[in-house]
Amino acid sequence: MTLNDLCQPLSAKVLCGDTDKSFSGVYVGDLLSRAMSRVSADNIWVTIMANSNTVAVATLTEPAAIILAENVDMPKESLDAATKNDITVISSPLSAYEISVVIANMTPENK
Amino acid sequence: MPDKVRFHFDVDGSDFSSAGAASVQVKKKLRQLAYPPEIIRKVSIAMYEGEINMVIHANGGVVDVEASDEEIVIVLSDRGPGIPDVDLAMQAGYSTAKDNIRNLGFGAGMGFPNMKKYTDYMRIDTEVGKGTTVTMKVKL
Repeated sequence: MTLNDLCQPLSAKVLCGDTDKSFSGVYVGDLLSRAMSRVSADNIWVTIMANSNTVAVATLTEPAAIILAENVDMPKESLDAATKNDITVISSPLSAYEISVVIANMTPENK
Repeated sequence: MPDKVRFHFDVDGSDFSSAGAASVQVKKKLRQLAYPPEIIRKVSIAMYEGEINMVIHANGGVVDVEASDEEIVIVLSDRGPGIPDVDLAMQAGYSTAKDNIRNLGFGAGMGFPNMKKYTDYMRIDTEVGKGTTVTMKVKL
């Protein structure tokens, strides 16, 4: 399954990056030190933190995508940094919980 | 992998938006040098936490990294306020970060615990009013 498959169920808007990437596993959280040690490569990281430090953590942990919950937008300078580092950023109107439920239902292996 | 490679970075303490830049550069260089992904991950986490600490608490500092085929040594030095109680600072969840810092997603109190967890050696030399030097090693 790729990020493309999630876009419609999440009513998602792609803010930057490639959505042809496949993913595996989800981490939900906003505290950067927690995310730093728990986000694995190819995970989806669901958060409402959308600053340049979020992008720095993603650059180091290499999730398949950052999904911003609750329609959170990302400032342009952070999006520029994400683009430069090949990080996909997606925004969804759903809550972090709702996003997790949608992904879990679509990927039984992640339940 | 080379015999020994050294990197030096000045960390700007006034710019939160660029915090982590040195860690990202080290990660890219280690990847170019073909270090194993798990080693790069450990170094990235430990160095990022140290770099962020220097920006949050010490108005920046310097980082020196030495990579060999045996280990990667990271030394972070600052002239910040020093740490009055290192044992307390090492406790998971303990943080002195201000609210404006917490609003950026920092202040989880996991900086030092992550640095210890992801390295094979960690030493903190600190003096109140003088500064702090943290030395970490990740063995291959």
